[in-house]
Amino acid sequence: MGSVIRQTDSFSGGIHIPEYKELTQDQPIEELPVPRQVTVPLLQHLGGPSTPIVKPGDKVSTGQIIAEPSGFISAYIHAPITGTVMKIEEQYHPLGFKSKAIIIKGTEEETFLPLEVPAAPEELTKEQTLGIIKQAGIVGLGGATFPTHVKLSPPPDKNVHTLVINAAECEPYLNVDNRIMIERTEDFMTGIRLIMKLLGVDTCRIGIEDNKPRAIEALEKAAASDEGIYVHVLPTHYPQGGEKQLIYAILKKEVPSGKLPFEVGVVVQNVATVIAIYEAIYLKKPLIDKTLTVSGDNITSPKNVKVRIGTSFSEIIEYCGGPKKANSKIVMGGPMMGFSLFTDQVPAIKGTSGILLFSEEMGTLPPMQPCIYCGRCVEACPMGLTPVLLSKNIRAEQFDQAADLSLMDCIECGCCNYVCPANRPLLQLFKYGKLALRKRKG
Amino acid sequence: MRRVNTTLKMSTSPHFRTRENVSMIMWHVNIALIPALIASLIFFGQRALFLTIVSVLAAIISEILMQKLFQKPISIKDGSAVLTGLLLAFNVSPAVPWWIVALGSGFAIVVAKQLFGGLGQNIFNPALIGRAFLLAAYPSIMTAQWISTRFSETWCTVSTVTGATPLNILGSTYKLAASDPEGSRQMIEQLGSSSSLMNLFLGNCGGCIGETSALALLLGGLYLLWKKIISWHIPVAYIGTMFLLALCTEFFSPFHNYVQIPLYHVLSGGLLLGALFMATDMVTSPISSKGKLIFGIGCGVIAFAIRKGGGYPEGVSYSILIMNAFVPIIDRYCLPRIFGKKSRS
Repeated sequence: MGSVIRQTDSFSGGIHIPEYKELTQDQPIEELPVPRQVTVPLLQHLGGPSTPIVKPGDKVSTGQIIAEPSGFISAYIHAPITGTVMKIEEQYHPLGFKSKAIIIKGTEEETFLPLEVPAAPEELTKEQTLGIIKQAGIVGLGGATFPTHVKLSPPPDKNVHTLVINAAECEPYLNVDNRIMIERTEDFMTGIRLIMKLLGVDTCRIGIEDNKPRAIEALEKAAASDEGIYVHVLPTHYPQGGEKQLIYAILKKEVPSGKLPFEVGVVVQNVATVIAIYEAIYLKKPLIDKTLTVSGDNITSPKNVKVRIGTSFSEIIEYCGGPKKANSKIVMGGPMMGFSLFTDQVPAIKGTSGILLFSEEMGTLPPMQPCIYCGRCVEACPMGLTPVLLSKNIRAEQFDQAADLSLMDCIECGCCNYVCPANRPLLQLFKYGKLALRKRKG
Repeated sequence: MRRVNTTLKMSTSPHFRTRENVSMIMWHVNIALIPALIASLIFFGQRALFLTIVSVLAAIISEILMQKLFQKPISIKDGSAVLTGLLLAFNVSPAVPWWIVALGSGFAIVVAKQLFGGLGQNIFNPALIGRAFLLAAYPSIMTAQWISTRFSETWCTVSTVTGATPLNILGSTYKLAASDPEGSRQMIEQLGSSSSLMNLFLGNCGGCIGETSALALLLGGLYLLWKKIISWHIPVAYIGTMFLLALCTEFFSPFHNYVQIPLYHVLSGGLLLGALFMATDMVTSPISSKGKLIFGIGCGVIAFAIRKGGGYPEGVSYSILIMNAFVPIIDRYCLPRIFGKKSRS
């Protein structure tokens, strides 16, 4: 019998932060009306930007492939709406730079082009399943956007024995995975079983934070009949959803520095990715839409919404009633690791899990003061680093010393920055230092 | 319906911060010292308050002058100069003239803090540097003049010894042990009696302005622990080491007093003030928990060695200053283990 394991122990370090989940945790996912126009960036995943295979003037159906992977680490991109390709040109990407995007103007009528699924789900071979996942353009939807078909093909010499599902959703405000698990429990479980078969494992461990009681209840009921599927209820502590911290909390195994989870026999998948895989295999639907949470202290109606990829942020924000008062900050993602935007005229992409609007009070950061060596950053770091010393080294451009202090092990969670009473730019310095070290390596 | 602004704030993640800031931390420590200030007023009278105010003002003025000189923004609002002023005053006898505390406070801020680069850059505890300077420059004023408290009982003002602090009395009693075993044994019993220990606990005894009332200092220390300004590691390591060393040396003493005398050591002198408020100063103490324990133990060993074998009856200030010098190397070797690696780097 699958079981629920309630844990009080977890990983060391980390911080307790306000969650603000109540703003949207009971909001059922609403589907936005199909947009009139979408801007589809060619870079929505880790790796190289995809190569377009359509040109301006082409008519496309919903689900039709419009770009191909450009290398091993790349992904297919599909038309999120039915219409005509207007242009392929440089547009603002939500991450702040300009990059090539395909702009499609929609038509009233919608035609769907399903994926090619050669057999019934139960009869598909491993290669066929991976092929469909690749065809569907699925990437890690927790935000890392690593191509899923690559992640689900670990090297054969690594003895993978457990599938871990990352249902922690530790970022404040976000409720995407939470609502998916409540509203689509059966699809979610089917997806899990599919991935377990694909990987050839008979154990799945779902790691979920204890601030999601309804989802836990739903999972408890659904997993009761499944041997091999365990639900680990973990204490709500940031960054519980960090891959390494999650694996440690559940299996008490540390992924060695510089290595990937399959070193300890584990493959991790996010909840939304599991649903995308289910939809590809069972509904022949490629990745054309994304569920995200619109929240923050400055949005009129916080909601969880499902939007077609390429929908402009401004449309999504308008659907939720727009800002309550003068806006100060828009963040894509969660407040701890998300990106702040300089405009709302950017499209929602595969990695967009949240749109947060902040008012002046919440969007303003306190002034910087001198470091007083209080050591809170050391206590907070979930990777055991010493941010205070690392930042000193990087400021003095002593990148080798920083590398010796394990700068490259930083997971960029932001815990150190959050607790620093002097508001030192710790994470900014680490990102700068990591970039410098990477450039050096060539 | 409102449209989104065209000017948006941008920054890299994280976009949240804790509410705590450096000024809040400093002011919490200042607040934690209020019970000790009230105790000094009760036991030593207005003079103690007067000297404290002079010391704080001198600290503030010195900091303003130094920051103006170096064209830095004036930062006295963060409360760190006030803290140095308070601690300097608490570390001198209430009998000293006002210019002593002004000089000591000014020296602490100018030399030990601002010349090193300001808040966060100093290696040594500024208030203790100020006191060390005063002790070196004006030794007779700093060691010979004391006030007895307003409610003193006879044992606190024994006239046959120079100075009236509890540690002075204890030290001279041990010295008398060889020549007058019966008299010194009776003295030890008196010193270790519950009324004597209660006096030490409440603060009804001679000593420096802020160091006498264990009760007031413990209240302040508990406040700091509650507000998570300090952790238990340094105070427990420091006080624990002193207690254990006092206990161990009693094996070799003529008195074999294993409970009251170690307690007497803990409650007298500047130990509680030092262990709770000065050794725990964030800037000059280690950043890791393991480092803090080592720091506290080191302070305890040095302070006890000075008390027993050194020329001064009190070793707390020097013990902290010496251990301050060890902090960079303690930090280097006491780093936490990296996740996914077997060691610290």
